[in-house]
Amino acid sequence: MSDHNYTPKSKFGKWFNDRLPLLSLANHLTDYPTPKNLNYWWTFGGILTFCLITQIITGLILAMHYIAHADLAFESVEHIMRNVNYGWLIRYVHANGASMFFLAVYIHIFRSLYYGSYKAPREIIWILGMIIYVLMMAAAFMGYVLPWGQMSFWGATVITNLFSAIPLVGESIVTWLWGGYSVDNPTLTRFFSLHYLIPFLILGLVVLHIWALHVPGNNNPIGIDLKKPSNDTVPFHPYIVVKDLFALLLFLIVFAFFVFYSPNILGHADNYIEANPMVTPAHIVPEWYLLPFYAILRSVPDKLLGVVAMFAAIFVLVILPWLDTSKVRSAIFRPLYKQFYWFLVADVLILGYVGAMPAEGLYLLVARVATAYYFLHFLVILPVLGLKEKTLEVPLSLTEPVLGGSPNEAMARSKKEF
Amino acid sequence: MSEEKKNNRRDFIFTASYALGAVGVGAAVWPLVDQMNPDASVKALASTEVDISALEVGQSITVLWRGKPVFIRRRTNEEITKAKNVKLEDLPHPETDEDRTKNNPEWLVMLGVCTHLGCVPLGDKGEYGGWFCPCHGSHYDTSGRIRKGPAPTNMEIPKYEFVDSNTIKIG
Repeated sequence: MSDHNYTPKSKFGKWFNDRLPLLSLANHLTDYPTPKNLNYWWTFGGILTFCLITQIITGLILAMHYIAHADLAFESVEHIMRNVNYGWLIRYVHANGASMFFLAVYIHIFRSLYYGSYKAPREIIWILGMIIYVLMMAAAFMGYVLPWGQMSFWGATVITNLFSAIPLVGESIVTWLWGGYSVDNPTLTRFFSLHYLIPFLILGLVVLHIWALHVPGNNNPIGIDLKKPSNDTVPFHPYIVVKDLFALLLFLIVFAFFVFYSPNILGHADNYIEANPMVTPAHIVPEWYLLPFYAILRSVPDKLLGVVAMFAAIFVLVILPWLDTSKVRSAIFRPLYKQFYWFLVADVLILGYVGAMPAEGLYLLVARVATAYYFLHFLVILPVLGLKEKTLEVPLSLTEPVLGGSPNEAMARSKKEF
Repeated sequence: MSEEKKNNRRDFIFTASYALGAVGVGAAVWPLVDQMNPDASVKALASTEVDISALEVGQSITVLWRGKPVFIRRRTNEEITKAKNVKLEDLPHPETDEDRTKNNPEWLVMLGVCTHLGCVPLGDKGEYGGWFCPCHGSHYDTSGRIRKGPAPTNMEIPKYEFVDSNTIKIG
């Protein structure tokens, strides 16, 4: 990185920067050399940052009006909707913001899968991302409990009961999580506390995620290592900043559509019924972004193994950098991987669909096949493909195919390995 | 030789300090963990008495005990016979109806909580004439025993006793 040479122009700036190099940091962030071929799939990092900040600000406001108590929570949410100035807007932005956050994170993850961004030397970025993803799911789950509707209550019951599948200590763990013998007031208050904490943990991890990104720099659609800075890169500001802002505006159109035109379409009507421990709703369905994992859970007929399969589905993602044996990063140069990639996308979408359907008959059969294929993709296809696949020729630099010029030596050397 | 000896003595001090430190940290952390376990006020609600005088044969009521529903069913002769005629080999979790009803076959008292993931099963439903859990499709028989579906065990029988012929004390 080129920050070392940076000297602020003003005398005060220099005095300050010598004591706390914030100006050097700002300079690094603006000059940061970015591949010039980044496409719009690369704008979701910025969009996700926006989503996190939005959730933190709206959440902070909601916490000023919300009451975390089993007898008052449901009413306080209605109070926010009806009485608090712009309460409806802030709550709808927060509730739909969670869905938008997941929409963006899934695009971000699948972008990484397509272009091989998780591969060396970016494994730590990927793992930090996966930790953020798991924390997001925890935050979303606990946030969904807070309105204390029927889906809140029964979702909390079903998900916390997953831990009862653990042999020997399972029941004690569940009682400990609940702070009682069922989901009740102590559960609600601790979920509120943790729901408030997790976004700040995510924020810290995002800083590490970006820090780890700035060591090797961005991957790019071609998936080759670039010489930085060179005529293959552009400075982050203004090029990427403006492009990210434009993409954010497009994303906000989708966001605003949900908030203003169908704010409840992604939720479940049963959550407008207050929690009742005596009656279980006919269909318990998690929020859409958790459905693929829910489908995997239900496709295994054994309680413990179902829970194991669900957590394994996340764990195979964490170890993905070592499961994919191919040296070529981008799917552009991997004709077979490109096909299997789209099979995986379809597989996850199918899992999401059957996760929302009752677990019986054809749905159950489809869920089982799709679950098997999910694990097959990561545990068999990816390791074998990397060894067998005949990849296309990878260019030496971004400009090489056009101008034949500026090959960088590092790529020329590593190209022999492909 | 003398240097090696010195190192060993220092190693011992290090190990002893680490061990003591670990015990100290453990002792400090335990209250932070245990505070999440059921508190005294939750534990104080450990038992509840239920008046069952109004229940006719074939009726059931659901009462809340420790935040969980408890089914109290006054079973018909037909249901009792059906439950008793099941062979133990046919059960995923073998328990006799006599054990589950404490030799008072007319009254079935059990936690109305599916042993799969904790939903409340629906009465008079399912393939075995007992209960059916709508969440993930577990079927229970007229004794509340699991017959089909993902639930691993029968519905739990709580600790209960007849205080008199009209009152059951649960817990």
